[in-house]
Amino acid sequence: MQSTAQENSAGSHSPAGNNEFLSFTLGKEEYGIDILKVQEIRGYDAVTAIANTPEFIKGVINLRGIIVPIVDMRIKFNLGQVTYDELTVVIILNIAKRVVGMVVDGVSDVLSLKPEQIKPAPEFGGTFDTQYLMGLGTVDERMLILVDIEKLMASSDMELMEKISEK
Amino acid sequence: MSIDLSQFYKLFFEETAEHLAEMETLLLALDVAQPSMDDLNAIFRAAHSIKGGAATFGFSDMTDVTHILETLLDKLRKQEMTLTVEMVNAFLEAGDVISMQLARHRGEGEEDTGAVLAVCEKLARLTVDLPVSTKPAVSEDLSYGLFTETAEEQAKQEDEQGFGFFEDIPDPVADAGAVSPQSSVPVTAEKAPETAHYGRRAIDAEGAEDVRTGKRATDKMVTSQAEATSIRVGVEKVDQLINLMGEIVITQAMLTQAAEDETSENENLQRSLHQLQRNTRDLQEAVMSIRMMPIAFVFSRFPRLVRDLAGKLNKQVEIRMVGESTELDKGLIEKISDPLTHLVRNSLDHGIESPEKRVAVGKNPAGTITLKAFHQGGNVVIEVSDDGGGLSRGRILQKARERGMPLHEDMTDQDIWALIMEPGFSTAEVVTDLSGRGVGMDVVRRNIDDLGGRVELGSVEGKGMTVTIRLPLTLAILDGLSVAVGAQTYIIPLNAIVESLPGYSADLKTMSGGHVVHVRGQYLAIIALHRIFNIQTKITQPEQGILVLLEANGKKIALAVDELIGQHQVVLKSMESNYRRIPYISGATIMGDGRVALILDVAALVRINQEVSLREAA
Repeated sequence: MQSTAQENSAGSHSPAGNNEFLSFTLGKEEYGIDILKVQEIRGYDAVTAIANTPEFIKGVINLRGIIVPIVDMRIKFNLGQVTYDELTVVIILNIAKRVVGMVVDGVSDVLSLKPEQIKPAPEFGGTFDTQYLMGLGTVDERMLILVDIEKLMASSDMELMEKISEK
Repeated sequence: MSIDLSQFYKLFFEETAEHLAEMETLLLALDVAQPSMDDLNAIFRAAHSIKGGAATFGFSDMTDVTHILETLLDKLRKQEMTLTVEMVNAFLEAGDVISMQLARHRGEGEEDTGAVLAVCEKLARLTVDLPVSTKPAVSEDLSYGLFTETAEEQAKQEDEQGFGFFEDIPDPVADAGAVSPQSSVPVTAEKAPETAHYGRRAIDAEGAEDVRTGKRATDKMVTSQAEATSIRVGVEKVDQLINLMGEIVITQAMLTQAAEDETSENENLQRSLHQLQRNTRDLQEAVMSIRMMPIAFVFSRFPRLVRDLAGKLNKQVEIRMVGESTELDKGLIEKISDPLTHLVRNSLDHGIESPEKRVAVGKNPAGTITLKAFHQGGNVVIEVSDDGGGLSRGRILQKARERGMPLHEDMTDQDIWALIMEPGFSTAEVVTDLSGRGVGMDVVRRNIDDLGGRVELGSVEGKGMTVTIRLPLTLAILDGLSVAVGAQTYIIPLNAIVESLPGYSADLKTMSGGHVVHVRGQYLAIIALHRIFNIQTKITQPEQGILVLLEANGKKIALAVDELIGQHQVVLKSMESNYRRIPYISGATIMGDGRVALILDVAALVRINQEVSLREAA
């Protein structure tokens, strides 16, 4: 909650400052997002479906009294196995003054990256449009796709927010 | 010093606004021939409190005006002078000027020194020139008086024209704040030195504020201590309380449900839960009542509005108010004031005829506008009615035809009155600066819709019209019926439900592929919820499920659902704060089991099949 405001400006491109990333997997790919955007990690349960929404929007949950939409990144980006069980992980994000949950295959760990470990992502027709990428992080043999999660979630692609997505 | 004080500015602004409102109410109610001493004293006290507060905070411009005002009031109070209509007018104007100054200190709007000077002079003149006499003051200083009068008049008019049609018109604060710079144009030559003088005083006083502060502050404290029967609490705190209350209601429902699932007959547990339920309900009512305010907060501005506008339109209008103590949610109070102002203006401008015309048709030359508020069921009903000309069926139809609106021959009166709430419709013969710009009733209806309310129009040509607004008591809690469709649960607001119809298969008809049901001589379109929301359910034919008759905006539909689950009081939660608006859904709530249930937007559902149901009902 408290971290969102000051991160808005810094978060988009310069991975300077706090360089801790939460890594998660979608299929075989490993992604990283700014840890300060993460509110909590919880299981997947009691989702109320919303009619006539894209398939990747699973519905809304009650998170201690607030209504939070849940997005399944596996469906959105066509990665991984879409199953829901007690091992399914939802990352609750705090972005652009909103709370959004995203379903991923699994959460691995929190990694600290030095600026030299982050390389610009090549222009490449990958899963994510390059504009949502902050770069590629290297940790030993692992490659972390660093996603500007705030920009991605606020984009019209995600159909989560009113003013951008409407019309 | 100023930083220390500034944290109290807000309090001062609020208090001053209240004092001004009180002063105005008292002035309007004042019987000029026999003013009651109590009222005069109360007016004096209000002016004095404003003066004291203004001095404390160094708003010397306000102190100056209130000082002159207070001097005159003091003479009246001591019966050294006799009250005249002109004085009342001057007091009201002074009130406006102070409001304007207040608005400027708040950082809204600009001050018009011309108006300030005019009022000060008027008051000063009244104070000096009129010993015990009942003569109006104009004769005393003819040239000067006239000049002031015109400048004043001009200012007044500018100010009225500055009024946007449906702009935020909170109270005389904005009213006076809207005075355009032009109004000071006639105040040239002879007033110029004084303007400069006033300006200088204001600047000087800013430096000197600290000196005066001490004395005035103590002065003020004495007055405020005497009347400390209530406390001022920030709205955020109350809202937080209400949120927490909502959580408790949910938790209590969860507990009750959990206890029901337990098969063990634990009587103690059951009794305690009952107790908890009762206490929760009482607590909830008590918490909600904090936010409740009497509608008098809105109504109180209308006597002044009517007085000013009626004078401007050369109409004689009386305003009657019934049920001012009816309480409703603070949030609603704030949002209802614009639509109500609009309706009152409409009645004044279009409804009430000119005195000549009224006499010609055998009516009392003075028209009456009645504002009435009362509770009915879980709703607050507010009626704005006038005994004016009413709506003309012919003129509305003609206008609708010109605008190419869909019409058919045998529309009911209700349907026709509803046309004037369509966007871009105005029946005013002349477009006046008050209303008639065609952005009227549709905005009113939209505002009321947004509040979860309904607008109904009733009119008899030649006799007058009544606008009825039905609002929920509060925006935070709603009585709902939960229904199941497939695996989903939806909540239907109880106030939209007319009845539910099990076992109606005999009355079921099909019509061009869709289903209609015949209920009490009316054919209603059946809307299958599972189809709208694309839900998998075993019940696909309407006769297998249950029909719920819904009504919104005067239109009815039959909603087909699988089954009814139960009635609940639910706490409204916003979908938009983290997500977005969803078609046919007005919000969400949390059920006893902790799951989210969506609340149906009945007004939108009714609109889906509007054409069909209209054609059928006719």
